[in-house]
Amino acid sequence: MTASAKRISESERGGHDLGIFDVFLLEALINGILLGGVLALLSLGLNLIFGVIDVVWICYAELIMLGMYGMYFLYTIYHAPIWVAAVICILGVGVLGVMLHVLVIAPLLGAAPINQLLATGGVLFFLQSAATVLFGIEFKNLGLRLPVLKVWGMFVSYSRLLAFAAALIGIVLVYLLLTRTYTGTAIRAIAQDRQIMPLMGVDSRRIYLITSGLGGALAGLAACLLVLQYDVHPFVGLSFGPITFLICVLGSLGNFVGGFAAAFVFAEIISVGGLYLDLEWGYVFAFAFFIVMMFVRPEGLMVRRS
Amino acid sequence: MLELKSICAGYGSFQALFDVSLEVRHGEAVGVIGPNGAGKTTLMRVASGLIRPTSGSIVMDDVDLVATAPHRIVELGVAHVPESRRLFPRMTVEDNLKMGGFVPAARPKFRRQLEVVYGLFPRLRERRRQLAGSMSGGEQQMCAIGRALMSEPKLLLLDEPSAGLAPVLVEQVFDLVKRIRAGGLTVLIVEQNVQQVLRAVDRAYLLKAGRIHAAGSAAELLASDSIREAYLGV
Repeated sequence: MTASAKRISESERGGHDLGIFDVFLLEALINGILLGGVLALLSLGLNLIFGVIDVVWICYAELIMLGMYGMYFLYTIYHAPIWVAAVICILGVGVLGVMLHVLVIAPLLGAAPINQLLATGGVLFFLQSAATVLFGIEFKNLGLRLPVLKVWGMFVSYSRLLAFAAALIGIVLVYLLLTRTYTGTAIRAIAQDRQIMPLMGVDSRRIYLITSGLGGALAGLAACLLVLQYDVHPFVGLSFGPITFLICVLGSLGNFVGGFAAAFVFAEIISVGGLYLDLEWGYVFAFAFFIVMMFVRPEGLMVRRS
Repeated sequence: MLELKSICAGYGSFQALFDVSLEVRHGEAVGVIGPNGAGKTTLMRVASGLIRPTSGSIVMDDVDLVATAPHRIVELGVAHVPESRRLFPRMTVEDNLKMGGFVPAARPKFRRQLEVVYGLFPRLRERRRQLAGSMSGGEQQMCAIGRALMSEPKLLLLDEPSAGLAPVLVEQVFDLVKRIRAGGLTVLIVEQNVQQVLRAVDRAYLLKAGRIHAAGSAAELLASDSIREAYLGV
């Protein structure tokens, strides 16, 4: 009784000291960081593909959409345990990434960049339409309600915390792969000098396949995390795709560190901007910021000087 | 060890090599000299599989290199230090060396081979955490040669190792070629620096406009008029 009374008075005092306005701001900042983790994961997959294969997967967010449907069917319809569903989803989208490379990208590797863009853009519309035909346009979700955490008068949802933690784990795993293994070192090397890879004994085609699988698996992981927070529908990719591209461009395409930093900058603008007006205004600010930055630093935040 | 027979090669419709035959025997150091644009670099690229000949044969220790996938040629013991070094500039020295030891056979020996390279180039040990692109030209050349040695090759192809280096460093590079040879490695070296390379090799070929113009021991070539003719056109 005394203890609980003490806790309440503490929380009231805390609220009083910070001021209700500041609590909201802090909450927005924290939510921005949590969103930034997921956006960083999204940009990492795209940057990896671009850095290594020199091709932009315009349909990246549509792979995420398929992964979200995968989670929906496995968990909600077939009642698979959520962890099993997540693993299948990550591996499945990884396989889709490999297929995308083999069927669409590999035949076009020598083609003009515009042709590659149009081809992956075509895959985007193909996947959207196929999803509409197969799954219908209804919004679907896992029907899973994760609790909301209340600390010091702030509300932070568990699904966001979970998404942030899993995204960070994914990013760290990719970092370890890139820095500690021979394959990872070759993935970094191939982004710097493609032509001499045979002299190192590296089969570039194999590295491309591994990278495509990895990029797909990251999209699969993102799908598992996003489906906790958002409904899935055939056009859900439009909510993540454009912003992922902007983040990658702002952080200088192909630059992992730049993409990571830009993800948090964008997420904070969205989250804090959305606090003062509506959430949609957060996106307006973020895109306006991007346009201004393209005038100021057209090569992105983290361009490499050579 | 390495034998090129009647090689024709080029880039698209441009032909750079015409009916070139060349042989490197076990334990030898062989030079290829010739003026700019003679096809020296193309010759090296053909030998290491970076480009495929349009006709002719390449055999390394009884293995047909033309029929071998380019990335498998390293595994046969051929290491190529390409023109202008071609390090991975935004990777550390040690990561560059790691790439040199990428082939499966070299991986278990990585630590040992790293010590061999650091023994040859103590400077690389000091700079092992530095980005390769931030080093001086001489250090980068050491790193490029070190990278090639990481696969423990039988045959080392050196393409213009002295290009862009100060005279004192050029001396060091040729000195190094002698030391590498002493370790039992066979070397094929392409150079513009005629006088110095002829002092470092046993035999040499003179390449001009994509054709072999003269061949012989280093002493013979130094004494003959063919070099002066090739360079000065008299």
